[in-house]
Amino acid sequence: MDKLKQFFARSSILAGISGVAHAEYGLNLPVGVTETSQAVYGLHMQILWVCIIIACVVFGAMIWSMVFHRKSQGAVAEQFHESMAAELVWTVVPFIILIVMAVPATKVLVDMHDVSEPDMSIKVTGYQWKWRYEYINEDIDFFSSLDAASNEARQVGSDIDPATVEHYLLNVDRPLVIPVGKKIRFLLTASDVIHSWWVPDFGWKKDAIPGFINEAWVKVDKPGVYRGQCAELCGRDHGFMPIVVEVKSTEDYAAWVQSQKSSAELTNSAVVETLPPQELKQQGKKVYQANCAACHQQKGEGVPGVFPAITASAVVTGEISKHIDLVMNGKPGTAMAAFKGQLSDLELAAVITYQRNSLGNKVGDAVQPTEIAALR
Amino acid sequence: MATATATHEEHHDHGPAKGLMRWVTTTNHKDIGTLYLLFALLMFMIGGAMAMVIRLELFQPGLQFVDPGFFNQMTTVHALVMIFGGVMPAFVGLANWMLPIMIGGPDMALPRMNNWSFWILPFAFAMLLSTFFMDGGAPAGGWTIYPPLVLQGGNGFPFMIFAIHMMGISSVMGAINVIVTILNMRAPGMTLMKMPLFVWTWFITAYLLIAVMPVLAGAVTMLLTDRFFDTSFFNAAGGGDPVLFQHIFWFFGHPEVYILILPAFGIVSAIIPTFARKPLFGYSSMVYATSSIAFLSFIVWAHHMFTVGLPLEGELFFMYATMLIAVPTGVKVFNWISTMWKGSMTFETPMLFSIGFVIMFTIGGFSGLMLAIAPADFQYHDTYFVVAHFHYVLVTGAVYSIMAAAYYWLPKWTGNMYNETMGKWHFWLSTISVNVLFFPQHFLGLAGMPRRIPDYSVQFAEFNMWSSLGGFAFGLSQVFFCYIVYKTIQGGEKATDQVWEGADGLEWELSSPPPYHSFTTPPKIK
Repeated sequence: MDKLKQFFARSSILAGISGVAHAEYGLNLPVGVTETSQAVYGLHMQILWVCIIIACVVFGAMIWSMVFHRKSQGAVAEQFHESMAAELVWTVVPFIILIVMAVPATKVLVDMHDVSEPDMSIKVTGYQWKWRYEYINEDIDFFSSLDAASNEARQVGSDIDPATVEHYLLNVDRPLVIPVGKKIRFLLTASDVIHSWWVPDFGWKKDAIPGFINEAWVKVDKPGVYRGQCAELCGRDHGFMPIVVEVKSTEDYAAWVQSQKSSAELTNSAVVETLPPQELKQQGKKVYQANCAACHQQKGEGVPGVFPAITASAVVTGEISKHIDLVMNGKPGTAMAAFKGQLSDLELAAVITYQRNSLGNKVGDAVQPTEIAALR
Repeated sequence: MATATATHEEHHDHGPAKGLMRWVTTTNHKDIGTLYLLFALLMFMIGGAMAMVIRLELFQPGLQFVDPGFFNQMTTVHALVMIFGGVMPAFVGLANWMLPIMIGGPDMALPRMNNWSFWILPFAFAMLLSTFFMDGGAPAGGWTIYPPLVLQGGNGFPFMIFAIHMMGISSVMGAINVIVTILNMRAPGMTLMKMPLFVWTWFITAYLLIAVMPVLAGAVTMLLTDRFFDTSFFNAAGGGDPVLFQHIFWFFGHPEVYILILPAFGIVSAIIPTFARKPLFGYSSMVYATSSIAFLSFIVWAHHMFTVGLPLEGELFFMYATMLIAVPTGVKVFNWISTMWKGSMTFETPMLFSIGFVIMFTIGGFSGLMLAIAPADFQYHDTYFVVAHFHYVLVTGAVYSIMAAAYYWLPKWTGNMYNETMGKWHFWLSTISVNVLFFPQHFLGLAGMPRRIPDYSVQFAEFNMWSSLGGFAFGLSQVFFCYIVYKTIQGGEKATDQVWEGADGLEWELSSPPPYHSFTTPPKIK
């Protein structure tokens, strides 16, 4: 197995693949950082070798035949066309190989399904197009979406070279943080459509399905930062909802939990003051770009037939209470999510004010965070 | 001149009608076969153009050409067009042309239904493709049309559903025709176990079609009522189950995979013996292997769903059943190689495509075996590894067999030989480019690139560039194929009745091109 790794490493060098941007360049499945991922890698290599050996035999026989049994070589066709013995051999031998393969695969599968006795649990919810992480029994709950640098660079015609963006499309604003060496159980679900949570270094992916809770677990051996992506087509921005997991040592993790809690308290206790509409608009622009622009578009023109325009929209330019209601509670059966669970009072107030007074709209009114809070 | 016209008119009932109406009203199996094949070629070009858009956008990281929403429309409709408009009609076309001849019959058993089942298709695809011009664009939820995502689509959604219904009706009628023809139209002495394998594989395929197309129709109808009539079959909030759709879809979808490959097995089983000048090895084991594959195809569907959170017992069952398919598939490959073994081979274009089929279909089979291992599938699932896998079995598998068949039977159909040099060029250009196109996708998938994404992280850049270059070259090679077919229809060296030195079978006893009505008196079966 080591030999093959060396071979792959060498062949990548031969192919002229080098340089900083390609430091993570891969030809093969990552070995990963959990026992599970290593076992999966082992199975992968085992079945790969079985395939390679069978391929050598099968293609070898074909090539031999094509070289030596050709008419131009003066070969005369024999007329045999049946052999019970041969048929038996090539039925039974593959069958035995399969049984030999099935045994370790079964073992790994049983192990992967054993989610019992976790040290901690994290609920992962897929949204179009971000992830939400809720630490069960801890007061930690946040969203994780594509980082601003990647988001800017990935717009059509942005003229930003993706190679200049660090971890292009594989970076988030707030990574998931977990402790090393602990068995962590993930409870996966989704709020709108089916997503799939996948970090290749952990050795599995699991679908996040609305209305259902799937379970999976990891126990990471090595602190570090591990990256992955949503793996199930989930709409327009499916390619833009990465996953980043920071695995920290026990002490660092404890410190991180503490910092999360104190910052959460700070936010909760902060006196929400009345803000001038201009400032609400400014903050709202950021919220809009991160949460609304994917569907309703950067300039608010929407996509006819699927995503209504914000510009000159009857809701946005109409009565403000209906506008607030739509943003907070969403529209069931469509891609319009209920944002009251996703955004803070301030963010909601800001984005609604922004929509009403920008993107070609000039309604002239504003909504304050306190008013949003009163509606919760 | 005047005399010639008069003579011709006296015999008008022996030949086809003239003009456009010949094709609209025809009930002749050869005419309908030709229509199916030309329609499939057109659809391959349309679906191929969409693939070019996909590869163009993926040529380098960053979004250069298309919006992500449009990219999703491309991947979705590319698949629907290629599967339902390209591969399936091409096989039906080959069946129409060859089945009556191969069993020594005059025509298909149900000629009017034959006409109808073809003429539904242009309307179905006009409807599907018209969704591009509707508000919200074409369907963009993937060809697997999983809810809830697909329910978010625009105005094109119901049109896609009805298009699928029409394709299903067309396929079922075609399948009924195949079964009735095979059971009733065989020449005296043509027992079931004397039928060419192409007839056998189509016979089994037709049963698969009848079994699963209604299941798909049911699934898409439930989607329709979920969207428009407030049912909650797949809506968890209403007590439904989104995973139920996947079970129903793949109960159709997995047999569908074999619908797309079993006729290919039949074609290759006809061509290899011809050019090895040696009878097919293990005829009866080929029939039994095909039947076993068809049976197993009904009990492996959930291997497409290993990551949805099935119970352990379920995953184990579907893993074992899936691995089992390798056995009969292996038997077929071994039989083909034994047919070549100690033969006297020549390598005309149909043989090249058939050998290409055996090698590259087997590569697709190997990645399929890897995907069957459930714990490893947790890594491979929904990555470019899967994309590479199914393109090896569908492009270098199904499509290669169709090209092999086209070269093999074109001289029979048209009476003209195709240009052998051009045919060989087409083969080598296609084979080199298709491997540059799809082989690197194995690496991309293993390294962690998900499928159905319009943009990717920079570490995937180089293989994507190779893949795109291979894609463009492969696309151009197929334009060359169209030219070769066109030239052959136009004229060329006249083909003999036998066409190929080692060919054996009833089609080679008829003239090239064959008479308008194939066997009006049954041939003698050896």
